[in-house]
Amino acid sequence: MRHLLTTQGLSRDAAIAILDVAEDMAAVSEREVKKLPTLRGKTVINLFFEDSTRTRISFEAAAKRLSADVINFAAKGSSVSKGENLKDTAQTLAAMGADAVVVRHWASGAPKTLADSGWIDAGIVNAGDGTHEHPTQALLDAFTIRRRLHGTAARGRGLDGVAVTIVGDIVHSRVARSNVWLLTTLGARVTFVAPATLLPVNMTGWPADISYDLDDAIAKRPDVVMMLRVQSERMAAAFFPNAREYSKQWGLNDERMQALPASSMVMHPGPMNRGLEISAAAADSPQSTVLEQVANGVSVRMSVLYHLLSGAVEQ
Amino acid sequence: MPVRTVLQHADITRALTRISHEILESNRGSDNLVILGIPTRGVTLAKRIAGIIQSVDSTVVAAGALDVTMYRDDLAQNPTRATGPSDIPAGGIDGKTVVLVDDVLYSGRTIRAALDGLGDLGRPRAVRLAVLIDRGHREFPIRADFVGKNLPSSMEERINVRLEEIDGTDEVTIG
Repeated sequence: MRHLLTTQGLSRDAAIAILDVAEDMAAVSEREVKKLPTLRGKTVINLFFEDSTRTRISFEAAAKRLSADVINFAAKGSSVSKGENLKDTAQTLAAMGADAVVVRHWASGAPKTLADSGWIDAGIVNAGDGTHEHPTQALLDAFTIRRRLHGTAARGRGLDGVAVTIVGDIVHSRVARSNVWLLTTLGARVTFVAPATLLPVNMTGWPADISYDLDDAIAKRPDVVMMLRVQSERMAAAFFPNAREYSKQWGLNDERMQALPASSMVMHPGPMNRGLEISAAAADSPQSTVLEQVANGVSVRMSVLYHLLSGAVEQ
Repeated sequence: MPVRTVLQHADITRALTRISHEILESNRGSDNLVILGIPTRGVTLAKRIAGIIQSVDSTVVAAGALDVTMYRDDLAQNPTRATGPSDIPAGGIDGKTVVLVDDVLYSGRTIRAALDGLGDLGRPRAVRLAVLIDRGHREFPIRADFVGKNLPSSMEERINVRLEEIDGTDEVTIG
């Protein structure tokens, strides 16, 4: 694999290969020496144009566990216009000898620009670009679902027949976009539940069902309920009357938690707005996979870096 | 080159039985023994050896798997390799005598990778190596302690080990 920019177009076999290697990486995280020599001598640069703690730390831990050298480059506060800025930065990183660049950018498409530009020869991993995609989050979500469902027999399996309901701020969510493609490729059925104002205007071609009523969606007994963060930093207009109204209509509160089958998983990509989209009791219940998602994130990112940086260069 | 069969089911069973006895003899019993197979077929062979030792010595011997993919020195020369599961027995390997099991010993590079991998898992008292076939052409100062069959071969020849659990039949062919 040369780059990981999107989950759209990622084949089922390629996705399962990444998840399977992640299973073995997870075993490394349980050992006394949590380190493999595989990427010794490779340099991974975390290029973050947007705030992030867990994704950056997760990529850093993943690269370090594979013995790669990690350089963190926070580009916050830069005032140069986007095109020039990215080009100059990319050429600087290329001159430093980067083998992979993990990029998070507020502009949708920035990682693809970087990958297609010819400014830099390194493998590019999209760590979230604007409201476009966040492929490693989708991979770790799929990994978490697969592990909860199949345990140690997860290897080689997809998510065939699994019903996943994604709730909340779909329009601003790169997590939802990456998940809808990946989960569908793996055989799951995705339903979006959101107020009409928080759904994209045109959803033709998206392999997902739409619902506007969370209680209806829960009554259909989904295997997974994935709550999205309300991204107030991306909301310039009023998308819903107020927080209380949103929480009442679209939040996973204690009553809805009661209605949900005991076998259903509750997921959240974090950081959570407790009391807004998810109640504290739901977030801390045994059905919640929030902390597993964080732990699995490191394993999945190790697998992604391994797929990008090991192996002969594809022509 | 014509393909010929060098070991059949009964030969493989005899070789593994002899190796099992040799392991017991050199270890003076089955105490502190951990048998670790290298995926894919080494794991199957390790299970068979552990089974034979159990039937001879009537004690349970720890058997498992050690994937060495991430320790290989040829990752950059080949397309990305899939990793396999490692399964280290619950007692760990500290202070144990670890017997590594592989199907074919060739350059010795896989075993070098396995020794690196073991070093990250603990500190065994001793590490031994058992292989079904030793075909020569070593590129490292590595030799096997227990060998099923020495099979002098040219580097152009291909040796195929097939095992019932994986391939539906027991045989070793060269050609």
